[in-house]
Amino acid sequence: MTRYLPWVAGAALVALPFVYRSPYPLHILIVILIWSFAYTSWSVMGRFGLVSLGHGGFMGVGAYVTALVWNYGHLSPWVGVPLAVAASAALAALVAYPCFRFRITGHYFALVTLALSGIVLQVITATRDYTGGSLGYTPERYQGGSSLWAFQFSDKTTWYLIALVVWAAGLFIWNRVDRSMLRYALEAISEDEDAAAATGVHVTAEKLKITVLSATMTALAGALYCQYQMFISPDTVSGISVSLQMVFAVVVGGIYVSLGPTIGAVITILLAEILRIGFGTRAVGWDNLVYGVLLILFIIFLPKGIVGSLMDLSRRWRWTSS
Amino acid sequence: MINGLLLGGVLALLSLGLNLVFGVIDVVWICYAELIMLGMYGMYFLYTVYHAPIVLAAAVCIVSVGVLGLVLHTLVIAPLLGAAPINQLLATGGVLFFLQSAATVLFGIEFKNLGLRLPVLKVAGMFVSYSRLLAFGAALIAMVLVYLLLTRTYTGTAIRAIAQDRQIMPLMGVDTRRIYLITSGLGGALAGLAACLLVLQYDVHPFVGLTFGPITFLICVLGSLGNFGGGFVAAFVFAEIISVGGLYLDLEWGYVFAFAFFIVMMFVRPEGLMARRS
Repeated sequence: MTRYLPWVAGAALVALPFVYRSPYPLHILIVILIWSFAYTSWSVMGRFGLVSLGHGGFMGVGAYVTALVWNYGHLSPWVGVPLAVAASAALAALVAYPCFRFRITGHYFALVTLALSGIVLQVITATRDYTGGSLGYTPERYQGGSSLWAFQFSDKTTWYLIALVVWAAGLFIWNRVDRSMLRYALEAISEDEDAAAATGVHVTAEKLKITVLSATMTALAGALYCQYQMFISPDTVSGISVSLQMVFAVVVGGIYVSLGPTIGAVITILLAEILRIGFGTRAVGWDNLVYGVLLILFIIFLPKGIVGSLMDLSRRWRWTSS
Repeated sequence: MINGLLLGGVLALLSLGLNLVFGVIDVVWICYAELIMLGMYGMYFLYTVYHAPIVLAAAVCIVSVGVLGLVLHTLVIAPLLGAAPINQLLATGGVLFFLQSAATVLFGIEFKNLGLRLPVLKVAGMFVSYSRLLAFGAALIAMVLVYLLLTRTYTGTAIRAIAQDRQIMPLMGVDTRRIYLITSGLGGALAGLAACLLVLQYDVHPFVGLTFGPITFLICVLGSLGNFGGGFVAAFVFAEIISVGGLYLDLEWGYVFAFAFFIVMMFVRPEGLMARRS
């Protein structure tokens, strides 16, 4: 039964927009899927103790390069997105390689990557003549509205399916990493780098692989967000607060399980939306207030996150009942 | 150059308390700048809204942010002392979200200032901001006081000992919990002091912490954790980069150069600028 569950759930998710096509819930679902993918990208490396606060930077590069290539280069996002992803991967490698080579780990790694997302944010703000600075930036609309070449669609159903495919691909990658040798190597590294190196694990190379993979995925999420929302600003796709938001959602959902980041995205986005609808402009700040308290409580009492703790519970329950 | 030097004083003041906490308890208070933000609001309300004398307001502000440091330690850090360092960082990240949005909810997002403009001094044809000079002096005095406390008193010795090895100290009969509390309170009080002097020259708003928070951490790391002299030097290096970069290009480019400098320095000297080679 449980073997077929992912397929049944997947089929239900694909069928959803054809049965139920109310635009607002569909919009929320698309946003949740895109962010779930971004959070999954973070957790791909975050689960091995490689806590990066630079992912806001990778996402910003993904979104801004795509938009700039479209507006100034007049090249299709089919060219722009690979460029953006490559730029982000190169940036990740450029910063991460010396980090791993010189064994900068733990919160030093977090602080170096924090500086990286600071750089991306400040560069976007500083080049305001091209990027619009902190006011945000809009890729130009294609005249017809929808076009595969411009990768712009006015139809929400199309976007839902695209986001769904990308999200599923993210989960697939997560699971592939989970079953690969890379996972064992990285777990050994996170326990003890010297011991891992002594048993023949190439510490720098393995860490670099996972970092570049994670940055690539995050940049793709940024590009997707840009194409869907058609508006990006430094606050929503880059910088330190976006990085922290990723970490937060993943920790709440569960860092060691594949659906954890998705659940984290569902919870955080629904919470923000409910507060926004319920309280209107008076709700400014309340969502982050609740996030903050939840984050502290989760770290102290449920470090495995909601999904992780539930799985533990069910395992224990099965253990005692059999 | 002079402006950079004075900015360095401000940054040094900012990093002082964090350096103490970072170096001794070995916990990254990522919400440290938010404590300063609350202190700045405290000053604003006491001085501008309730018209308290400024010295009294400053004293109240220092003490209450110190108490906040204690509360932060007891509620958030103490349960996590044994956890992975990264969890402590994330938990204080939660505090950052909490304080920032609490300030948004309580005080609104408007920029507020003290409405007090200190004179600009003219020294040998150069204009020097009085408030920056004040911050510079206070940073210097506070640093000397903290240094004396750490080296000349019994408690200070215990604090330094814990910074070196936190497992062995309880065995030596030192109440580590008390030392942690003292350090956190002191760190908070230094944040309060920074807040009093910052509010003289900057407007306060709920997101003010994000503008100088990251740079404060980088200073502490670059100057070697817990090394106050190193922190001081790092603060001035950063300040020069920011203000010289800002002079020729935009202020943002100054920050870009400072961040890039930090990343490069981490590769060249991972132990910080002033680390002794072992």
